[in-house]
Amino acid sequence: MTRSICTALMLLGFTPCVLAYEPAGTPPDWDPPMGPKMLFWQVLGDRLETGFDDDVNTYVWDAQAWYGGDRTRAWFKTEGEGEQGKSPESAELQVLYSRLIAPFWDWQIGIRHDFEPNPTRTHFVLGLQGVVPYEFEWDSALFVSDEGDVSARIEAEYDLNITQRWVLQPRFELNAAFSDDPEIRLGDGVISTELGVRLRYHFRREIAPYIGIAWEQLYGDTKTFAKDVGEPSSTTSLVLGIRFWF
Amino acid sequence: MMITITITIMSTEAQRFWSQNMNSIDMRRRKFLQSAAGFSAIAMLNAFVPAWARSLQVGRDSSQFDAADPLVFDLAIREHQLEIAGGMGNGMSINNTIPGPLLEWYEGRDVLLNVTNRMTADTSIHWHGILLPFEMDGVPGVTFRGIKPETTFEYRFPVEQSGTYWYHSHSGLQEQSGVYGPLVVHPREPEPLSYDRDYVVMLSDWTFEDPHDVMRNLKKMSDYYNYQQFSLTELYGKGDMSRGEAIRMKLAWDRMRMMATDILDITGATYTYLMNGLHPAGNWTGLFQAGERVRLRFINGSAMSYFNVRIPGLPMTVIAADGQNVQPVETDEFQFGVAETYDVIVEPKGDAAYTIMAEAMDRSGFAAGTLATQPGERAQIPSLRERPLLSMVDMGMDMSGMGMDHMSMSESATAPDQSTGSGAIDHSTMDHSTMNHGALKQGPSVRPMHQGHNMGDMASVGPVIARHSSDNHGPGNISVATVQRDRLGERGTGLAEVDHRVLVYTDLRRLADDFDERPPTREIELHLTGHMERYMWSFDGMQFHEVNGPIEFEYGERLRLTMVNDTMMNHPIHLHGMWMELENGHGAHIPRKHTINMMPAARTSVLISADAQGRWAFHCHLLYHMDMGMFRVVRVS
Repeated sequence: MTRSICTALMLLGFTPCVLAYEPAGTPPDWDPPMGPKMLFWQVLGDRLETGFDDDVNTYVWDAQAWYGGDRTRAWFKTEGEGEQGKSPESAELQVLYSRLIAPFWDWQIGIRHDFEPNPTRTHFVLGLQGVVPYEFEWDSALFVSDEGDVSARIEAEYDLNITQRWVLQPRFELNAAFSDDPEIRLGDGVISTELGVRLRYHFRREIAPYIGIAWEQLYGDTKTFAKDVGEPSSTTSLVLGIRFWF
Repeated sequence: MMITITITIMSTEAQRFWSQNMNSIDMRRRKFLQSAAGFSAIAMLNAFVPAWARSLQVGRDSSQFDAADPLVFDLAIREHQLEIAGGMGNGMSINNTIPGPLLEWYEGRDVLLNVTNRMTADTSIHWHGILLPFEMDGVPGVTFRGIKPETTFEYRFPVEQSGTYWYHSHSGLQEQSGVYGPLVVHPREPEPLSYDRDYVVMLSDWTFEDPHDVMRNLKKMSDYYNYQQFSLTELYGKGDMSRGEAIRMKLAWDRMRMMATDILDITGATYTYLMNGLHPAGNWTGLFQAGERVRLRFINGSAMSYFNVRIPGLPMTVIAADGQNVQPVETDEFQFGVAETYDVIVEPKGDAAYTIMAEAMDRSGFAAGTLATQPGERAQIPSLRERPLLSMVDMGMDMSGMGMDHMSMSESATAPDQSTGSGAIDHSTMDHSTMNHGALKQGPSVRPMHQGHNMGDMASVGPVIARHSSDNHGPGNISVATVQRDRLGERGTGLAEVDHRVLVYTDLRRLADDFDERPPTREIELHLTGHMERYMWSFDGMQFHEVNGPIEFEYGERLRLTMVNDTMMNHPIHLHGMWMELENGHGAHIPRKHTINMMPAARTSVLISADAQGRWAFHCHLLYHMDMGMFRVVRVS
């Protein structure tokens, strides 16, 4: 900070400060001892899976990526699902600015765009992502759509090591809305919950195929909307998928 | 006559020990030295000498003291493929070997080191533990601008100390790639103790992965290399814990979002542990003849690994720590952090072979070599012991409300002034009588004794000497040591239950009578902080690039540096350019160290005479922690 002020003053023709690389107190043209501040990135495909139900076979993707430093990062999240062989019924992408605000918590702010269903929606996102006590991975967000509808989502996952390579992962997701949006068949109140258990095997840290069971339940008006178009309001599927990161 | 002088500066206890061993130096050894040392040995440094071909034998040539010209060494740092750890790896070497050549210097004689960079990246060499003008200290971005590709930097300085040290690159992650080597400075006075053989035993960790990939893995998943995590299968089978206890423990750690198995960040999952550059199958061997006394200079030259060192069947007499002579103390095992050194003397019996066992602190792997009378002999290598777990003490948890009454009793017995205090210590206070000295001055008698007995985990825990203030060091720090303990009398992580003697810091007493009696006029408190999940490491919650400037010492002042480890990991903290005198309760005989292991939740004080002007690095010597920001500059002016 002081350094940029000094640089600015220098450019304006003043030479009021002894320039130094502040943390080390070295002359200004020296490289810092650790090299420049490093930026890292990660892509995580948390769920890439096929679901087998009585009637239909489905697919789901749920992936995140981040890029940045230790305290501030750009986050990307995408998820969607559909019937096998068909284009997705839902598909969304979030682009977020993320900042570490407490030891286990990031505030996230940004935009979410739903490419499906139609008509599309764009949301403002305010999120909180982190780890809650007892080591649950937590991802929650409040969305305000361009129609003015407010909704919320909470996802929680827990990794239980059975061995060093077999991991059992219970997962819970809840979607809720504070107003309905019939155009895209969403009621208010709790929209849906999802409960799943997935057992994965890590060939290596980065790659783990899994098998599991996922139960999804719709509620309230959303359930009614689904019934109206002949879709099930409750599905229990066997899922096969792969979790990976790089 | 010189021997007499040496004796006069020793305590009576030490005298008794030395006098038993005051036989004259073995003549055979003298002859070897005369032929092998000197310039012929130095000339050999440039030749291609594979690590496996070198014995790492140390040889004192007393004629070297008298020359007026500096002792010259040419060192070239290269990046190349080499045979190592049972495979071919991409390494960086000094004069084509990993570790680099053994440098033998002579107290009182200048050295001139021409270090040439034969790589495409900048490099540097830091002389670890050597007191010298700061421009020669070799930390790029702090003391000089580094050594650019295809250039040579001339290090030239007087050598005014003696002992076992090492040298390594201070640039990026080059140390992990192999840029390190052993350094021995021969004392002008005869060694206070006689021995017949003298070997360096340098321990290190090698990975065939690119160190930058290792770093990236840790950034993405901090437990990437930990394959000893708690798992359900543990509830069925081995282990001392009952099923209920194991579940409660797992839940307690989950609640804190930490892992009890977080002992070392990088493990045997990727590391091969090396002894003098050789993996266990390579079997580095130190030869001796029956009846000889062998000095072993243990150097932890690894990037990230703590080792538990023992020689089954042989007690070790520790005679120096971090290059500085200590009053001899016998032990069966010691744990040492990265960059620490211990010199020991052993007396092998008969013709038997002995395994030098260096187990990684998390027991995920080991380095091993042999002491034998014949090349090729081997003793049994002990199996790895069960992996240790961190305890609630390591977390700095306040257990006074958890029904552990014997803890609070032992606290009040040792540190009545402050342990029961509810508030944090006022950092600005100058009245040290209310600080940890209440406990320290009473010396070892009030400390839990470990010798010979399995005392159990809680019984051997050091007293609470302070509590943490309300400053949690911001979002870049996960936890604080709510209660801070004097842990200098405790055994290292995982060794509390071991059924033989284990060296602890309170066993170390300096040999010389050269204590700076000036009381400290100032105290600086620094907290070791970090965020394991993000793999951020820092002091006081600030990574190096986030701080405003150096820590200022006033030239000539005597000060106390108090460190508190708020993290749940051990950190070896290293100050360049000046000794840290570890306040372990031994008055004028507190030991001098260049690197101090901070146990989790420990509060430890050192005294420093700020007698070296310039900018000095101060950092955690876990390489990746340093690189991630656990680094500061101390400026003495």
